[in-house]
Amino acid sequence: MSHEDTPKGAKITFQVDGRACEGFHHESLLGALRRLGFEVPSLCFHEAVSTYGACRLCLVEVQKGRKSRITTSCNFPVTAGLQVRLDTPAVQQNRKIVFQLLLAKAPASPEVRALAAEYGVHSTPYKVSEEAKDNKCILCGLCARVCTEVVGANAIAFSGRGSHKDMVAPYDEAAEACIGCGACVEVCPTHCIGLRETPEIRTIEKWHRDLPLQKCEKCGRPFAPTFQLMTLGKRVGMKLSDFKVCNDCR
Amino acid sequence: MANRIKSVSDLEVYRKKLLAARDPKRKTVAICTSGCTAYGSMKLNTAFREELRRRGLEQKIDIKLTGCHGYCERGPLVVIHPAGIFYQRVKVEDVPQIIERTLLKDELVESLLFKDADGKPCPHEDDVPFYKHQMRVLLANNSRLDPTSLDDYIALGGYQSLAKALSKHTPEALVKLIKDSGLRGRGGGGFPAGVKWESCRKAPSADGVRYIICNADEGDPGAFMDRAVMEGNPHLVLEGMIIGAFAIGHPGDPRGYIYIRNEYPLAVERVGIALQQAREYGLLGKDILGTGFSFDIKVNKGGGAFVCGESTALMASIEGDVGEPRAKHIHTVEQGLYDKPTNLNNVETWANVPLILERGLEWFTGIGTGDVKDNPWGGSKGTKIFALVGKVNNTGLVEVPMGASLRDIIFKIGGGIIGGKKFKAVQTGGPSGGCLPDSLLDMTVDFDKLSEAGSMMGSGGMIVMDESTCMVDVARYFLHFLAEESCGKCVTCREGLVQLCVIVDRICAGQGKAGDLELLEELGNTVADASLCALGQTAPNPLRSTIRYFREEYERHIRDKRCPAKVCKALITFSINDKCTGCTICAKKCPQSCISGEKKKLHTIDQSKCIKCGVCNDVCNFDAVSVE
Repeated sequence: MSHEDTPKGAKITFQVDGRACEGFHHESLLGALRRLGFEVPSLCFHEAVSTYGACRLCLVEVQKGRKSRITTSCNFPVTAGLQVRLDTPAVQQNRKIVFQLLLAKAPASPEVRALAAEYGVHSTPYKVSEEAKDNKCILCGLCARVCTEVVGANAIAFSGRGSHKDMVAPYDEAAEACIGCGACVEVCPTHCIGLRETPEIRTIEKWHRDLPLQKCEKCGRPFAPTFQLMTLGKRVGMKLSDFKVCNDCR
Repeated sequence: MANRIKSVSDLEVYRKKLLAARDPKRKTVAICTSGCTAYGSMKLNTAFREELRRRGLEQKIDIKLTGCHGYCERGPLVVIHPAGIFYQRVKVEDVPQIIERTLLKDELVESLLFKDADGKPCPHEDDVPFYKHQMRVLLANNSRLDPTSLDDYIALGGYQSLAKALSKHTPEALVKLIKDSGLRGRGGGGFPAGVKWESCRKAPSADGVRYIICNADEGDPGAFMDRAVMEGNPHLVLEGMIIGAFAIGHPGDPRGYIYIRNEYPLAVERVGIALQQAREYGLLGKDILGTGFSFDIKVNKGGGAFVCGESTALMASIEGDVGEPRAKHIHTVEQGLYDKPTNLNNVETWANVPLILERGLEWFTGIGTGDVKDNPWGGSKGTKIFALVGKVNNTGLVEVPMGASLRDIIFKIGGGIIGGKKFKAVQTGGPSGGCLPDSLLDMTVDFDKLSEAGSMMGSGGMIVMDESTCMVDVARYFLHFLAEESCGKCVTCREGLVQLCVIVDRICAGQGKAGDLELLEELGNTVADASLCALGQTAPNPLRSTIRYFREEYERHIRDKRCPAKVCKALITFSINDKCTGCTICAKKCPQSCISGEKKKLHTIDQSKCIKCGVCNDVCNFDAVSVE
């Protein structure tokens, strides 16, 4: 049976550093490696959303037939007979440079620094620009993918291209479609989005969004942004008045 | 519809009817209205029409507004058919003379003829060295047909290949034919078209939908091959696509797109007209030529992002998404546009298809290098169009057989370097191509040789540079172009290119440090190896090739703080030497007013104010400005 005929998700075997491993046809190689317990660094990958291939950290060497090459594993599909090598000199060299580039892009991120340090990279030979000095965002796009694919709010997106690329709310003004659920804040690998709360208002800093909070009728604690309850309620045919109490008091 | 051609045999009947109604001796004035419009060729059109009307000749002599004839350096170009008399740099004032002497009396207007190096006038295209050494197959009809006339195309044998494909070939046989021909993708990668067709044909599609795409998002600076084909002979591209659709998608539901950058308004217009005509004639749409095969093509206008020339970004763009590439581990022939099997080829690739059917496998494989008999990667077959630009005498479009040498292209066809200066390098393959030095001038140009030399075929840009070009500055220019055009999706391309720019900028600014060259090489390697798409993977080519062939020039910048080509402003100084006669012209023209001196005495430049614009050098009549 050729690869083309193998149904997606069929159980197959492939090799990692010479060791036979089980995987599923066309699943993400990074996903498979992590499930199998191999350590591969990555910042832009999350099982819950589509792969994007932005951070270039999950590099591995793959070989099919005679051809061997470097690739990111997150967007590489597992197939039967695939040979994967994890920590080759080429992988180490390229990963080092990717870390150095990330350190110059997001020098203010402790997460990037910590991960780079784990792989022996402690500084960068590249220029840290004036705008980058306080930057933590690595433009991995996880926030937007979660917002679109999981939350369904489509509140944020990339703007610009090349070095002008940025992750923003539309026009970099308050994101009107943002329901304040905080999924982006949770998923962000460098914690650069920022969520603040007073008893009345939840603020998602990066999207300039202030949302009034619904208070529990029983305990009086704020439990979710009103707009979130309205939006999600609409999807399942419920009204705001149906959400009067918090989870704990229900 | 009145013009609908209902069967394969009717096409031949129609063609014969067209030919019978045409007088082969009828005089026709063919004016380039492609690139030459920039020289005012539309004014020539008006002038010819007015003059013919004034003389009552408008019914006797035709005027044909054609596509690009190729010799752009000498535009506006006018060819008088059927004699094929080639007039160059024609002005409105020349029109009465051309009518009076050439059209009425069959005489030559010598002043408008091209003169070769010995001063000998060249009456016909084939006499002109620029054309003599070319092999114009794809561009052959560009000066013969009106791109807005399907009848012109049919009269010249157009759509005969489609008729042949639909009536005499099976789709499988057509795929095999293209595979055996060794035709490789003209858009950049040089992937064998037949192999792609075969994979796309074999890829499963539940509802039978397969997309056939023509990539006409030609974005390389200085490249205009595809534009010339679309503006000059759009039906050739459409015919290739329709044949491809039949080969790849029949039986099934093939659907076509042409993705044209919107900066090519004339191409968009002419392809649009061609599509409309092809539909009216029954060559496109439902039941093509009465064979039951159906296929139609939509035009998608690109918004100007260079990266949208990358196939997956192009498909995302058609879908209405941001033009970002995706990894191609699952090939687009399996899952491309709207996740359907998709076959994308570029304009020139599609244009080759009807010619291969018309003239046969042996003709095509007889042109070019290598042997593709058992291996479609085994050589480079057919011709290739190059946009020859830069410091070369004859800029224009050049079509040569694969395997022509760089020297022949640049010196025999291109006429050598402007002003007799020394050749320094040629960049092939567009902004992400490499710069090749004079030691490689005798290299034959094909896909594999160019790759081995650290460059690439790309889509066929060819930028010639002379001794006054600084190769570090060239690398800097292209790195900035690509950093600007990167989609910014992946770190290595987005951040890597920006950092390469930072380092090269500082070298050009005289702040290069020991180790910079090694840093450039190291980072360049990673951008090439670890980027997501071909834009990033090839972006370091100009840098790596200039380091490979012109390392000394980098070292002079870094170590000696000198720019040998005297281009990098921070590394040069202007001074006035003792040839100065004190004529004061430099002092008068200096925009900074930083040149002083008495009349008839040696002048001096105040270095603290000099902006190194070079005006003093340009205006000096005594060679008295030294640049060091």
